[in-house]
Amino acid sequence: MKKFYGIEIESPLMLGTAQYPSPSILISCFNKSKASVATVSLRRESSTSQSGNNFWSIIKKLNVRILPNTAGCHTVKEAITTAHMAREIFSTKWIKLEVIGEEDTLQPDVFGLVEASKILSDEGFEVFPYTTEDLVVAEKLLNAGCKVLMPWGSPIGSGQGLNNIFGLKALRSHFPEIPMVIDAGIGVPSHATKAMELGFDAVLLNTAVAKARDPIMMAEAFSYAILSGSLGKKADPMEPREMAVPSTPIFGKAFLDYDQ
Amino acid sequence: MFQIKIIGSGVAGLCVAKELIEKKTNITVIDKCNVPGPESCSWWAGGMLAPWCEGESTEKIIVDLGQESIPWWSKNVKNVVQNGSLIVALSRDERELKRFQRRTENYDILENEGVCELEPDLGKKFNKGLFFKNEAHLSPRDSLSELKNDLIKNGVEFVNEEFQFDENTYDKKEIIIDCRGLASKDEQKSLRGVKGEMLIIECPEINFTRPIRLLHPRIPLYIVPRGKGIYMLGATMIESNDNKNISARSLMELLNAAYAINPIFGEAKIKEIGVDARPSYPDNIPSIRRKDNVISVNGLFRHGFLLAPALARMVSELIFENKVPEIISEYSS
Repeated sequence: MKKFYGIEIESPLMLGTAQYPSPSILISCFNKSKASVATVSLRRESSTSQSGNNFWSIIKKLNVRILPNTAGCHTVKEAITTAHMAREIFSTKWIKLEVIGEEDTLQPDVFGLVEASKILSDEGFEVFPYTTEDLVVAEKLLNAGCKVLMPWGSPIGSGQGLNNIFGLKALRSHFPEIPMVIDAGIGVPSHATKAMELGFDAVLLNTAVAKARDPIMMAEAFSYAILSGSLGKKADPMEPREMAVPSTPIFGKAFLDYDQ
Repeated sequence: MFQIKIIGSGVAGLCVAKELIEKKTNITVIDKCNVPGPESCSWWAGGMLAPWCEGESTEKIIVDLGQESIPWWSKNVKNVVQNGSLIVALSRDERELKRFQRRTENYDILENEGVCELEPDLGKKFNKGLFFKNEAHLSPRDSLSELKNDLIKNGVEFVNEEFQFDENTYDKKEIIIDCRGLASKDEQKSLRGVKGEMLIIECPEINFTRPIRLLHPRIPLYIVPRGKGIYMLGATMIESNDNKNISARSLMELLNAAYAINPIFGEAKIKEIGVDARPSYPDNIPSIRRKDNVISVNGLFRHGFLLAPALARMVSELIFENKVPEIISEYSS
């Protein structure tokens, strides 16, 4: 498996920590999903007084690598302030960088994203940019210092799956060496399987598990889906063909002895 | 006669007192604040007695135990209104309504006319609604005052001081019931605060007669009528112990959602902004625990008025029948 800023993660599932019915269900979901990374969004209000401490200590106890998230930031400045806070609270250089450009689709503002990536990379952060499948933007993010890309499957929380398979495939094959995480839009386990089959290195999701009627069961379902997709990719699947090929050739057929 | 000291007089403390006073006990309620008042998070409650709606996002035991709240409050205070609750979503978010419907029970499905008929001030914009006709609501502040006055009449003494537990002077014949919520955080490390923000607005032009919940993928909102054109808008749920400041975003979102329900809310007067933190265990399930003669009732989360009656009953059963409470958070020890 590819390394993320030199770190090899145990399973290619990154799970968000928001919107669960309770922290204890969140903990069970991490256990069942076998996720190896937890993303945590910070609200600036709760950081100043350390008042979110109880929740953060629960997250720290999950015993997985933490990827703080600048969720909900609309400007470069906000994103950078949040990244600084996150580094202080979770003592990590990792930061999932979100700069939101449009309120309705929560589409990334790719211009702001590139700018913030440059600033944070220069400051020593290890940036995981939440971006689209756009190749040109990807190139610029890499030039800005990012060594990981996080293209969206579809808009955050929409559960629409992988919206632009062609674009994602193109991105994958353009930068075969870059670790890439499909982030956002995953609705059901088969979406995650598909992402792994396309050759992405990990999948990040949150709502699909947190908002299921039974989040713990859904977390388990995702663990199988991710495993299925990555084994399927690793096993080097057959090529699709335009014509039928009989799966049992003549020579392999058992004899039917009419005399008996 | 049993000597009982109840520490904390939010909704949990008062309900426990009410339940125990009927057992011929001698009760003192101790609170460092003069209650009912804004220091207790019950003061800022929505006051919805909506067990079936809560089923959307909570465990079955909450739905079951919550049903005790409607007869309990109806018997003990005067301001309970049993007029159901109405759930709506804007047409773009109708899938949220479907999800809610799948996860709850005991409702009627209404089409556009049905929604208009129940609450004409919703206008015609909601094509569908869910009506939970057995649910009720109350005014939390009036209810707390009524309970307190009734308790005083029945001989309960209220003491306005901070409770100091002193092992040396502790009288073993006395039962102490700790209902302090987040104030017992030092002893109960797993308790955390879940911040809630709410508004009280005045908008006499709108006449809603039951709580209305607007489902929305990002900003769900409920509006509870308090009578005379007063409405409570609530409430956010944020992982934070902060109980002081509302954020600009929360304020904006609450008002935006109200505006989406009916633009006339744009003309409302904002009477109060409330912020507090709900005492919660990691599973968001409340708990009753006993250690010697000290009983703790805590972790009511967002279900204070909904669950306090059932918890009070269990405290009484624990004391008089030695019966194990039906609800114990795994995390409360």
